[in-house]
Amino acid sequence: MGKIRGAIVVDTERCKGCELCVEACPTDVIRMERKVNSKGYHYAYMEHPESCSGCMNCGIICPDGAITVYRVKEEKVSEET
Amino acid sequence: MNLEEIIREENIVYRRTPLLTDKALSYCPGCGHGTTHRLIMEVIEEMGIQSDVIGIAPVGCSVLAYEFMDIDMIEAAHGRAPAVATGIKRTWPGKYVFTYQGDGDLAAIGTSETIHCCNRGENITIIFINNGIYGMTGGQMAPTTIPGMKSSTSPFGRDTAMMGYPLKITELIAQLPGTYYVSRQSVHTPASVRKAKKAIRKAFENQKLNKGVSFVEVVSNCNSGWKMTPVQANKWLEENMLAYFPPGDLKVDGQLVEQGKTS
Ligand SMILES: Cc1ncc(C[n+]2csc(CCOP(=O)(O)OP(=O)(O)O)c2C)c(N)n1
Ligand code: SF4
Ligand code: SF4
Ligand code: SF4
Repeated sequence: MGKIRGAIVVDTERCKGCELCVEACPTDVIRMERKVNSKGYHYAYMEHPESCSGCMNCGIICPDGAITVYRVKEEKVSEET
Repeated sequence: MNLEEIIREENIVYRRTPLLTDKALSYCPGCGHGTTHRLIMEVIEEMGIQSDVIGIAPVGCSVLAYEFMDIDMIEAAHGRAPAVATGIKRTWPGKYVFTYQGDGDLAAIGTSETIHCCNRGENITIIFINNGIYGMTGGQMAPTTIPGMKSSTSPFGRDTAMMGYPLKITELIAQLPGTYYVSRQSVHTPASVRKAKKAIRKAFENQKLNKGVSFVEVVSNCNSGWKMTPVQANKWLEENMLAYFPPGDLKVDGQLVEQGKTS
């Protein structure tokens, strides 16, 4: 069985820095960037990308539809070594 | 596997529905109006009915809903969305017609339109955003403000001896024979958002049956009006709003759901 890997891409201009995605992530992937976007909002980013399972919780809670979620099953490189 | 291999078009499992326009939503950060807009548009996308839907926007924070929902929409005067929806649906019975209304719009100034539309059994969908307050005008007390809840016109909390009781309009209209599906949901956690979407989907699909009003209340935050951060507001909602406005189906397929059996 391959491992499930996920990732998110945040539309940094749509993000309003509400932090609901940070709260909703079960594996503590997301943090808020110190920098701000053109409207002055801190925006979300993946601080721990290796922990993302692509569960979609962040995308589903984001009121501004700022998150795209990706998920892929990591294929085992070789059966036996 | 590196990030470049994961972040590829073919691996997308969730993205903003194209039925939401590119315009930035006019809502405060973390406001449940945005979440609910998205759910409605996702349902319309999944049902493939974009060109067969007509929405009616209210007065309130969501007064500009037609800017964000990429479907045919009309703006109604405050509280009158169900009356406008009635006219549209009777003119085009084949269209999916829905209203999107806040609690001030639906349960204060528009109470009469709401009740009579539900009692006439118009074959429409009503999406009711209950944030317990008048958000747009500065957080005044609404009929739905819960006991003890502070607002700009009840700064010491709603005192029911003086200000009366919150109106459970969803319970009220569930009693009317003209309603076919009545449900209360919320959008404060990923799990609740998933459930709310299912209810909204059912409420739209019911229009094919021609059996009356399908009504979904969505308990939502007004973090600005409540003077909390979005995260705090959603926690407060869960602990306080949902105690007064318990989520679950009240009426399914024209039959009242027995109390305690709500899901
Ligand atoms: C006829 C009329 N009366 C009063 C108003 C002022 N007004 C604008 S929005 C609003 C209340 C909105 O509250 P709600 O429906 O709960 O929506 P929210 O802003 O909380 O989403 C009021 C009283 C108005 N625009 N028109
Ligand atoms: S997809 Fe799930 S695991 Fe990945 S960042 Fe979003 S909430 Fe966290
Ligand atoms: S939920 Fe959306 S708007 Fe809020 S911080 Fe996360 S990405 Fe930004
Ligand atoms: S005032 Fe309240 S209801 Fe209006 S956009 Fe802000 S948080 Fe949402």
